Amino acid sequence: MAFYSLKTGRARYRQGWLFAAALAVCLVLASPLLVIVWQAAQSDPADFIDTLWRPLVASLALNTALIVASTTLLCGVLGLVSAWFSERTRLPWQGLWPLLSVAPMAVPTFISSYAWVSLSDDLQGFPAALLVLVSAYSPLVFLPVSAALRGLDPALEETARTLGLGPWRCFFRLILPQLRPALLGGMLLVALSTLSEFGAFVLLRFRTFTTEIFAEYRAGFDSHGAAQLSIALLLAAALLIGLEWRVRRQASSYERRARGTRRAPPRLELGAGKWLVVAGFLLLSCVTLLLPLSTLGYWLTQHGDAAVSPVEVSAQLLFDASFSSIELGLEGAALTVLLALPLGYLLARRPGRVAAFMERVAFLVQGVPGIVIALGLVTVSIRVIPGLYQSQFLLLLAYAILFLPLAMVSVRSALLQAESRLEELARSLGLKGWQTWLRVLLPMAAPGLGAAASLVFLSIVTELTATLLLSPIGTETLATQIWADTSAMAFAAAAPYALILTVLSMVSTWLLMLLLGGNAINRLAADGTTVAGETAHV
Amino acid sequence: MKPFIKQGLLGAATLISLGLALPANAASLILYSAQHPQTVKLLVKDFEQASGISVKVREGEGPELVAQLMAEGKASPADVYFASNSPELMALEGKQMLTHLPATTLAAIPAKYNSPSGNWVGVTARENVLVVNNKLAAGLSMPASLLDLAAPQWKGKLAIAPSDGDFLPLVSAVRALKGDAAAQKWLKGLRDNAQMFDDNEGVAAAVNRGSVAVGIINNYYWARLQVELGAKGMHSQLYHFGNGDVGALLNVSGAGVLKTAHNADAAQKFVSYLTSARAQQVLAKSNITFEYPLLPGIAPAPVLKPFSQLAPPPLDMQKLGDDSQAAPMLRKAGLL
Repeated sequence: MAFYSLKTGRARYRQGWLFAAALAVCLVLASPLLVIVWQAAQSDPADFIDTLWRPLVASLALNTALIVASTTLLCGVLGLVSAWFSERTRLPWQGLWPLLSVAPMAVPTFISSYAWVSLSDDLQGFPAALLVLVSAYSPLVFLPVSAALRGLDPALEETARTLGLGPWRCFFRLILPQLRPALLGGMLLVALSTLSEFGAFVLLRFRTFTTEIFAEYRAGFDSHGAAQLSIALLLAAALLIGLEWRVRRQASSYERRARGTRRAPPRLELGAGKWLVVAGFLLLSCVTLLLPLSTLGYWLTQHGDAAVSPVEVSAQLLFDASFSSIELGLEGAALTVLLALPLGYLLARRPGRVAAFMERVAFLVQGVPGIVIALGLVTVSIRVIPGLYQSQFLLLLAYAILFLPLAMVSVRSALLQAESRLEELARSLGLKGWQTWLRVLLPMAAPGLGAAASLVFLSIVTELTATLLLSPIGTETLATQIWADTSAMAFAAAAPYALILTVLSMVSTWLLMLLLGGNAINRLAADGTTVAGETAHV
Repeated sequence: MKPFIKQGLLGAATLISLGLALPANAASLILYSAQHPQTVKLLVKDFEQASGISVKVREGEGPELVAQLMAEGKASPADVYFASNSPELMALEGKQMLTHLPATTLAAIPAKYNSPSGNWVGVTARENVLVVNNKLAAGLSMPASLLDLAAPQWKGKLAIAPSDGDFLPLVSAVRALKGDAAAQKWLKGLRDNAQMFDDNEGVAAAVNRGSVAVGIINNYYWARLQVELGAKGMHSQLYHFGNGDVGALLNVSGAGVLKTAHNADAAQKFVSYLTSARAQQVLAKSNITFEYPLLPGIAPAPVLKPFSQLAPPPLDMQKLGDDSQAAPMLRKAGLL
């Protein structure tokens, strides 16, 4: 930091470029939202009021609020409890439980919903939606909380215990307050992801704002109604972002405390009770993993007739869809991480009001479903840049906009880890700006950037609505093929596609964990929301 | 160079190369289709073999694709639009977006199933029916009219898919025959009575497995389910509204060529192919489609009720209209 206090004209010039690049990225991010707002503002006010005050909207608002609140709370409790047991108690097969707790997030929600709904038609509506979402999203709480638990200073706890605090009071008065940033950060991500969930809700026949925007778009003969409904969702997302803003500010007092020596925190002996905990973990895994995956296995063995299968199964089609998914995933991940670099760099090196504002813009996008972003981009591309319309690049841009917030968080923490002193040292030894990037910054930040890329890849291959709307003619991905079949209830035909997609997301989750492993996990404990940010939308 | 300039240039280069990697084949035909993918795949494959013209298909719900075509305007890449229901074509015709079809194409199909002004041609027809679960509906007397389903005795017993593209023409038909007020009242009744599904496939399957007693669908969903499940798997049957009731609505699926078509010749060839004996035979014999071929002399699949025995309501294409009022009415009733 000392080097930066001596600001030369050159440094200011560099800073100017940095802000310009970050601003440009922000504008790209916000463009579809601005278009939606503009489109909604164009419409007749009476029409607008008709759309938002019609009878269905009340029940949509109720459904949306209900599912967001209950999923968030349940994920919070489940994530906290399972993280505490897997980090702080002595259990048999200790290494297995964190793995089983994280793995469900590699099963895309519209695949687990398909598994449940094809099992029994009683599994529909609110209870089923809650089941599927809690299974998929509780890792978003588990990950940051267990990382935070690992990073806590055991000395504090030991002191508290020697001063006579019992284990329960110690947990509530000492541990829980320290976990708050991680816990609340994770829960807010659950809330945002629930707000923008689409595939699971449609399959489980649970109507929220997001599903209705799509229905409106399908049946409306124009996209005005969809734009108007999106405004309601935007407001809801902004509300959650505001909440997160407050929570973060409160939480900041816990961040980056000076610590004593690092050592493993103590694990509690549970006696015979440990078998109860093991049984709990196993039961949970049955619901979140075993059942959906074995249902998928069952459908793999079934025959689906061509008459009911919008997409049939053939080696060629399976290969084409897998290839498209992987291609879009790789290209999209590259573009997203590239666009995330200026914002991440700004956040890491020049934190302040401007950076924080830009970060909020990115987060706002995260609470908005893919369909809204896609609708905005369709309008932009038709009216402003016709050459882009229905091009693969437009789809990649949509992915970049949707998933840049995820990449940004990871890029930022990777660059934070690459200390600025080393960067300045390299400059003072005569390296040019780009040489510093290539030879110092990027190599140091590589694992973090890799994690960002694998996370974006994972999100892209499981993305549905933007892909449905924007994919160029003839491009079918695994997700769109599964969607075509499952939404026509052709469960057997969907199974091979679903299997490949599940394997693909498991591999990228594994890669993500690998890249985030070791030191990174400990580092992330210092900023609990980071890991959570990295795993939203999964 | 400053890092961000270099990065920017690198990025731009990557983006441009990605954008240019798109295939652009001018000789091929671009079809926007709201017809069922299963059916379209069959027809496209056969057409490609017969003509040597390759066809690229963009699939979606009817209103969605029509909205897309309207938004695209002159920039649209589409050559042909294959509708699931005639109102979609009427909407495009109303916006002057379809080109006139040659008399030879139009003459193949009886005039009442074509555009009144010759801008699109009928290809198949589908009948609106009630799918009825054998057990759950055992004690129920079937409604004489579609409008009866709004009565309180059907509460909880009815399944509908109001956001499916096939539901809109039904709303338009009720509106055209009974007037706005009656249609609105009917829709409110449905809202109180019905379980909502996302599409007609869901309705057919739910009634068949016994989740709900009856459901409003198009006839072919049931026939397809029977192919999939076999006779043993079927626990439901079809109830046909008769006597010209609005519930027996006959929907026409047809096709038109866009004025902005890039490949107008191939587009006309494709539309003419759809009405040819060859294509109509493919449709009739596929064991996939289960719609009524509109070319006279082609017998539909044997599982269907004979075409001559259907008793659709007295509605022509003009009167049925363009569905533009259907979605607002659904919204007003709280169904959408």
